[in-house]
Amino acid sequence: MDLTVITNNFKFMAGGLVLTFQLSLITMAGGLLLGIILALARLSSKHWLYYPATFYIHFFRGLPLILVIFWLYFLTPVITGKSLNEFHAAVISFVVFEAAYFAEIIRAGIQSIPHGQSMAAYSSGLTSFQCARHVILPQALRNMTPALVTQAVVIFQDTSLGYVIGLREFLRRVNLVDAREARSVELYLFAGLIYLAFCSTGSLCSQRLENHRQRNWI
Amino acid sequence: MWRHPYGGMFVKGIFTTIHLSLLAWIIAVILGIMIAVFRVLPPRSIRLAGSAYVQLFRNIPFLVQLFFWYFAVPLLLPKPAQEWLYDHVPDYSYWAGVTALGTYTASRLAEQFRSGLLAIPLGQYRAAYSTGLTTFQTYRYVIVPYAFRIIIPPFTTEFLSCFKNSSLTMTISVMEITHTAYYIDSFTWHGLETTTAASMMYLCISGFIVLVMSFVEKKLRIPGMIVRSQ
Repeated sequence: MDLTVITNNFKFMAGGLVLTFQLSLITMAGGLLLGIILALARLSSKHWLYYPATFYIHFFRGLPLILVIFWLYFLTPVITGKSLNEFHAAVISFVVFEAAYFAEIIRAGIQSIPHGQSMAAYSSGLTSFQCARHVILPQALRNMTPALVTQAVVIFQDTSLGYVIGLREFLRRVNLVDAREARSVELYLFAGLIYLAFCSTGSLCSQRLENHRQRNWI
Repeated sequence: MWRHPYGGMFVKGIFTTIHLSLLAWIIAVILGIMIAVFRVLPPRSIRLAGSAYVQLFRNIPFLVQLFFWYFAVPLLLPKPAQEWLYDHVPDYSYWAGVTALGTYTASRLAEQFRSGLLAIPLGQYRAAYSTGLTTFQTYRYVIVPYAFRIIIPPFTTEFLSCFKNSSLTMTISVMEITHTAYYIDSFTWHGLETTTAASMMYLCISGFIVLVMSFVEKKLRIPGMIVRSQ
């Protein structure tokens, strides 16, 4: 064990961690937004909304993320004529992919709200948009917070896949340091510990939220 | 892309993905059941060990684990074992992939199994113990068969994600579908076609698995007990 390899390259790797965080935050925001739209479309009674959204969700849930990243990476030059930089390519593919998972969480959350709530909203004269915005979503969002936090942890882990298109996030940088210093054991243990620290904090939060919710509701 | 060398490579890639995920799945099921049972057994230390495993493997990205198995584990072995490995195991990346995927999926499966175990009414345990079964027999004959049926739907989901996660082994140069698609691109510049074909393969195979599993689920259902809400 030689830990100097970590202290010497700490700054370089910490820079990657910052990028990892940026990437996860943008993905969460974008994925959540697109996910809400998809979930509402999937619950809609209009066929032209329901079928495309359902297709989208099944399609992306059936694919590995890595393939989505490659696909976008190969597709954009064909459409736009020039290739995206790695960061944009990664962000777009993460958002597009994670939105499908968010949509399913949100759909489950919305369906957990008793039907009477939307009936009451409609009968007091709200439009379907107002009903979603003011009655259903606030309650549903509260119900699904634990699942959303878990998904946030998953996204944080998934950003490590930016590795494959050469995005210099945390894991890529660890890998680069390893290529130069040849200290695989220390470096990958270190990377594992860092991810473990952040992700287990996230999981713990989600568990606390879940317990809290159960105490409030049942 | 189906021209001479590439078509054959692609088919080979499909088979590699399939047997890699199946092997990993076998490891995952065996290990997952063990850990799930560990997590509900009476002794505290065993329960702690079980949950430590789950926490450790679930909270580290699969890619990091993969690199660890591939790059770091050979270095941790004693010298003779290391040499033997380099001399006699030419496809070490494949086995590293299987081990990493298996142990990772096991941690996720263990959670599913555990919730299956906990979904069983306590009366079942008490009844089993009071008819004189030992702890092992109780689990083997009463609890596990029950729990198994409860968890078939999440079981299918986990298998599919194991199957999809197998694509990550491309980073340690296992020639499965995704890597083949990428590799063919490096000769032909037809990356879009190959990745589209690879996507279709994943979708077809997952669709097929979903069909088979919903059939299995119907066959194994205990009449009157577990009915999945539609």
